[in-house]
Amino acid sequence: MSDNPATVGGGRIERLGQWVDDRLGFSGFWKAHVSEYYAPKNFNIWYYFGSLALVVLVLQLVTGILLTMNYKPSAAEAFSSVEYIMRDVNWGWFIRYMHSTGASAFFVVIYLHMFRALLYGSYRKPRELLWIIGMFIYLVLMAEAFMGYLLPWGQMSYWGAQVIVSLFGAIPVIGEGLSEWIRGDYFISDITLNRFFAFHVIALPLVLLLLVVVHLGALHQVGSNNPDGIEIKKLKGSDGIPLDGIPFHPYYTVKDFFGTVVFFIIFFLVVFFAPEMGGMFLEHANFEPADRLKTPEHIAPVWYFTPFYAILRALPEKLMGVIAMGGAIGLLFALPWLDRSPVKSMRYRSVISKVMLGLFVISFLALGYLGLMPVTDFYTLLSRIFTGFYFLFLITMPWWSRMGSHKNEPERVTYASR
Amino acid sequence: MQAAKIWAVALLLGLAGLPSPALAAGGGEGLMQQANNDLENVNSLQRGARNFMNYCVGCHSMQYVRYNRLATDLGLSEEQLRDNLIFGVDKINAYVTTAMTREQATSWFSAVPPDLSLTSRSRGVDWIYTYLKSFYLDNSRTFGVNNKMLEGSSMPHVLWELQGLQTAVYRDEAVMEDSGKESMVKVFDHFTLDEEGSMNPKEFDGFVRDTVNFMDYVGEPVKIKRQKIGMMVLGFLLVLAVLAYALKVEYWKDIH
Amino acid sequence: MSDGEVDLGRRRMLTAATVVTAGVGAAALAAPFVLSFKPSARAKAVGAPVKVDISKLELGGMLRVEWRGKPVYIVRRSAQALDTLQKVTPELFDPDSDQSDQPEYAKNATRSRDPELLVLLGVCTHLGCAPEFRPQVGSPGAANELVGFLCACHGSMFDIAGRVFKSMPAAANLEVPRYRSIAGGWLLIGADGGVS
Repeated sequence: MSDNPATVGGGRIERLGQWVDDRLGFSGFWKAHVSEYYAPKNFNIWYYFGSLALVVLVLQLVTGILLTMNYKPSAAEAFSSVEYIMRDVNWGWFIRYMHSTGASAFFVVIYLHMFRALLYGSYRKPRELLWIIGMFIYLVLMAEAFMGYLLPWGQMSYWGAQVIVSLFGAIPVIGEGLSEWIRGDYFISDITLNRFFAFHVIALPLVLLLLVVVHLGALHQVGSNNPDGIEIKKLKGSDGIPLDGIPFHPYYTVKDFFGTVVFFIIFFLVVFFAPEMGGMFLEHANFEPADRLKTPEHIAPVWYFTPFYAILRALPEKLMGVIAMGGAIGLLFALPWLDRSPVKSMRYRSVISKVMLGLFVISFLALGYLGLMPVTDFYTLLSRIFTGFYFLFLITMPWWSRMGSHKNEPERVTYASR
Repeated sequence: MQAAKIWAVALLLGLAGLPSPALAAGGGEGLMQQANNDLENVNSLQRGARNFMNYCVGCHSMQYVRYNRLATDLGLSEEQLRDNLIFGVDKINAYVTTAMTREQATSWFSAVPPDLSLTSRSRGVDWIYTYLKSFYLDNSRTFGVNNKMLEGSSMPHVLWELQGLQTAVYRDEAVMEDSGKESMVKVFDHFTLDEEGSMNPKEFDGFVRDTVNFMDYVGEPVKIKRQKIGMMVLGFLLVLAVLAYALKVEYWKDIH
Repeated sequence: MSDGEVDLGRRRMLTAATVVTAGVGAAALAAPFVLSFKPSARAKAVGAPVKVDISKLELGGMLRVEWRGKPVYIVRRSAQALDTLQKVTPELFDPDSDQSDQPEYAKNATRSRDPELLVLLGVCTHLGCAPEFRPQVGSPGAANELVGFLCACHGSMFDIAGRVFKSMPAAANLEVPRYRSIAGGWLLIGADGGVS
């Protein structure tokens, strides 16, 4: 910026910029949240997934809007309108594959983002609300994905919705009325499809966007955690800037940009070479139109729901299964208070904590795998073991998280420049 | 830092390495033969289209496919299309439909023959390939044939003049029951060709392969193009990744 | 800190190279999104050329058919009507159709392939209303005997070749679509054997 009023042309544009900025305060916003937002300098690979979640969100919004332009939310036309998009609309296949792959990518990114929080204690004080808002985002995302999956009106869409909505029927007294209320009919029908469409394309995305804004606001209020799990705001220089903090821009913008390009490489590998992902992202049976008189031989939810589906099936009784499934998600909200470890980061936590987290990850992945498989005695036994450990991990956390000997956290973050 | 990277890579590899559950095929496990079709073989696609229009379209539609799209993608002129593929259809941009009505279908076959636009995606090409080769004589069925891939299928053996007629041969096999007792069951072993058709088995395999190849194309007409675009996109992204990485390293020189 | 090691030139060059490459990528990603707005294969199929049977169209009569969602007027003009074309020329805004849309073969005195047969898009070049046909044209003594089409929306008047009169809201002649006659007294609207 030039202070010289004699500068021609540029001066005029700068004055216009100043005029706008006086009224909108964009430069202040930019400073507070980007150019002078100080993030710890020791972020590692796990810290890419937050920005990637934002990238996927934008992709889903843009491709979703474009799909809406050609999709017809009616039982009679939904399936053929998807094929119309795939065949007749210019580049429709590309937009549709981006959206279907994006749904799975969203969950991959979110699960890794959540694992990062477990790894470095990012949900601990003062970030409890940040975690809880994040959990709400996760819940809304699940609802969004579930309702979106009904829209293509294929066999899996139909029977998946049938199974999930029936779960509400397990709730005593109000259950049956509740599932009827959700469907707006006595079965999954045109009416259900139409309202799921409304939720999927407008109601839930609005909630999601609002929650994301609040999530970011909360993050910038308390500042980012880091792999060492120590607060960089404790040690500030004479200028008031944290000694271990670096401005988000340009350092993390260039870093996250690199992460985004790598993400796109993987994303487009799927979009262009394996959009069905062997039936994981687009299930084979979903290429048959919904037929309410014939259930496909083997139905499984899409992979991102399968850990909870396995928990549901592990329990012998429907209501218990539903409670366990709800509990498996609900308990995660309480993580900030379940974890009593004296240090936040796994780097400095006891061996017991490390082993427990490792086993938890194995259980979660195993449950996810089991949820995809048909029911056999052996698989049910495995599901029960892993479900048991899933709950053991969370419920006994207040005790095991204090056990064993931890290492002392360092004063400053660990960072080695190359 | 290093530990975190190892963790991440291990997790990603673990996720990618999970075997996916088998494609629910609906019987016939162990019979499945590989179609080995080649979508880039335009001649095979053209033959497949001709086979389809001669033997299948009487009962089966491809309701999402337009004739003129077939012509473009299969390298046919409008005249070739009209002379060889379109029978009794006026508009070149019409969908591939069947002349048979639902009522006729139900009275002739007791079931409406499914639309075949997406069968290669819902069942898989190998399944269709094996299905078309697995008709065998069975007097208990209305049309005198049954199918090993889909027992009780109401489809007649449309290609019998080409393939001939085959009989299923069974062998006895011992099975261990839950009680620990052994018992013998009949297990399908192989087909024998009772009556030869106008094609020898090798020619018939080629005929079916072409037809399946065409159905594979129809399931997703853009597949070949998609992969070609994909190569370009990935090439571009690799260049961008190198630049982005160099830029990141350059800026991060400031941080000590 | 080892200041002074920073090579600002290299940094600027790398930034520029990355931004330009990423810009190309963003444009390439946006292209399919923009192109998806173009008419789909279904729209093209619905908008394909239409065949019209004109064997029963009488002299002085008009046939109204739909092509691509627009009215197309087909008029079999009488000799009297054709006579008026010469008469009105001084009062026309664009008598030679220089500023109007028509295929090359219709850029002539009668704006048609066959003088008798007029084919026009019934879309007023002002704001898109469908002008109304004035069959009384050519009857000497009628109030506006020279007018062939009148647009009721804003009063634009056109002669029996669809040419607009002077000082009208519309500033171009009615558009002539591509067409050709085919066997059996039929007319094909929307294609002329060339590229449609």
